[in-house]
Amino acid sequence: MDVLLFTFFALVAIVGAVNLVLQKHPISSALSLVSVMVALSVLFLLLGAEFIAAAQLVVYSGAIMVLFVFVIMLLNSGAELESRKAGLAQFLGLPLTAALLVFASYVITQSMSNAKAVKFGAFTGGGPREVGWALFTQYLLPFEVTSILILVAIAGAVVLARKEID
Amino acid sequence: MSQLLPPGFFTATVPLNAYLILSAILFAIGACGFLFRKNIITIYMCIELMLNAVNLSFVTFSYQFGKVDGQIYSFFVMVVAAAEAAVGLAIILTIFRNCGTLQIDEIDSLKN
Amino acid sequence: MDFILLSILKTAIAAPVLLGTLAYLVWIERKVLAHVQLRIGPSRVGPHGLLQPIADAIKLLTKEDFIPSYVNKFYYWLAPWLALMFAVTAISVIPIGPIVEVFGIKTNMGQADISIGLLLILGLTGMGVYGIALAGWSSNNKYSLLGGLRSSAQMIAYELPMAVAIASPLLIVNTLNLREIVNAQAGYTFGILPNWTVLGGGLQIFSFLIYLTCAFAETNRIPFDLPEAENELVGGYNTEYSSMKFAAFFMAEYCNIITACAVATTLFLGGWHPLIPNELGGQFIPTLVCLFFAGVLFYHALNPSRPSDRLSMGIIGAVILGLGLMFQVPGLKDLAQPLFWFASKAGFLIFLMIWVRGTVPRFRYDQLMRFAWLFLFPAALLNLLVTAFIVALKSN
Repeated sequence: MDVLLFTFFALVAIVGAVNLVLQKHPISSALSLVSVMVALSVLFLLLGAEFIAAAQLVVYSGAIMVLFVFVIMLLNSGAELESRKAGLAQFLGLPLTAALLVFASYVITQSMSNAKAVKFGAFTGGGPREVGWALFTQYLLPFEVTSILILVAIAGAVVLARKEID
Repeated sequence: MSQLLPPGFFTATVPLNAYLILSAILFAIGACGFLFRKNIITIYMCIELMLNAVNLSFVTFSYQFGKVDGQIYSFFVMVVAAAEAAVGLAIILTIFRNCGTLQIDEIDSLKN
Repeated sequence: MDFILLSILKTAIAAPVLLGTLAYLVWIERKVLAHVQLRIGPSRVGPHGLLQPIADAIKLLTKEDFIPSYVNKFYYWLAPWLALMFAVTAISVIPIGPIVEVFGIKTNMGQADISIGLLLILGLTGMGVYGIALAGWSSNNKYSLLGGLRSSAQMIAYELPMAVAIASPLLIVNTLNLREIVNAQAGYTFGILPNWTVLGGGLQIFSFLIYLTCAFAETNRIPFDLPEAENELVGGYNTEYSSMKFAAFFMAEYCNIITACAVATTLFLGGWHPLIPNELGGQFIPTLVCLFFAGVLFYHALNPSRPSDRLSMGIIGAVILGLGLMFQVPGLKDLAQPLFWFASKAGFLIFLMIWVRGTVPRFRYDQLMRFAWLFLFPAALLNLLVTAFIVALKSN
């Protein structure tokens, strides 16, 4: 059951990512990214990270991607035009990426030879209680600093997106 | 009914390396998109894809070591990505208002 | 394997019940709204218009489903199903009764018992924005786009005070699992006051009111329904939709209403726990209520205002009488009585929503957004602060 769930949602994530890169209109790319995020949320659940899975749904796909979709709808700039690509990059790009991937996978499998097998339910330390405890005791300073960061971001976004009052 | 399913259907496990390789694949696809696309919002979405791939990596290592710290880092990555998305999209809106286009090829007024 | 089969069985039972409830919720709304406005409402199709939802369903299914030529076809087709999918999934995590044993199988009366159930409901209602935004955008029409964007912005703006208002009773019950939240509200203080979060369990009346207001806004009900009012934006995001797709949006909206009221019942009103404890006679209340309604119906059957009332009111009265007697049958008591309490509490909240619809005018859009950001959000934060303070003081 774990294997079936993992392969299905990993395939959804990869197909969504490839679709994101290949689609011409930004809104199709945005919706493919939403499907990638939902698939990743399920994968987080399989890894026992319940709170992060829910946060991925609520924050990433429910708020950040909605913001993206709003901006795309408001700007309404239409599908992307074909543009002249660099000659050499067209031929070397994909094979080089594939070679990099194979090399990275080899390095990963060699160095993580004592990796555990992932069984759903084996890791119970990912619930809201544990995450909240760590956030408010060990990681309190980064927590407070990120809340100031969000305040700065809100102020910045409001100032930047304001219309000029002339 | 259980005889219809292959043996070990409910007890088979997924190796951890599979998650790490998936994270690498998603990151590579995001990097490709970042380099090849011309629409600024699509480029921004490829950045978000790369951040998500890194989140998956963090959570995988949190499972490996049995501690919750990887998930805390993933949480902070999410928060910073949210702040970055807000400000970045505001900047994109300003660029659209000033240059009238979202193709990064055409925003070249600083080129010689 | 047993779990999968059990879940399929529960879904097979719950899905038709949910669809039937949706259809008859439309009938209830039209009748209640009509009586508030001193008219009769549907009364021709079947006795007292009871077959009206079936007539509506037949009409919506057999209408021509044409797709305008200027819409973005894939997203035009996708949007209603996205909205419906997220709305119906959110209902599946809400428990409607305790753990029961039926035919030797011990199970809980709810589709899925998830340890982060409440966060999942918040996430799924947040994802419901996509259906509306896509519908508005794909219709390729100024009014639809504006309506869709306004509705989405309203839903997002009201999600924040809703989440903060939900956090206050969570400080008291200390868990995100919906079943555990209801279990923490069992019992009675001083023997008579129920330990619901809104009464004896923490007096979270303010959070309850804030949550209810945000629920009105999330489900696009009056007084927050500017994005879909007919005389404002020609119908908003569902202007270009007809027949089956329009029915999907309609069902999604009513599913959202049921979800919001069910979550309010679970979180604030004590779920399936009775109002009066069993020692003081609480177990006879469902039967007494049913007997009362059966009595009213029999009275109207004996003094009918229409000749057909003799038969229709008589039959419905007899059915309700049977239901009332069933609540005392020892085998079914543990199954049916929690269901009665949950249904009556959620039903009262739904009736409240319909009542408000018939009574209150609607907000203008900027008043709506100002209300969310400048009043509700600070009020919810203040409430959370006071609750946290009191919980911290109590635990010392």
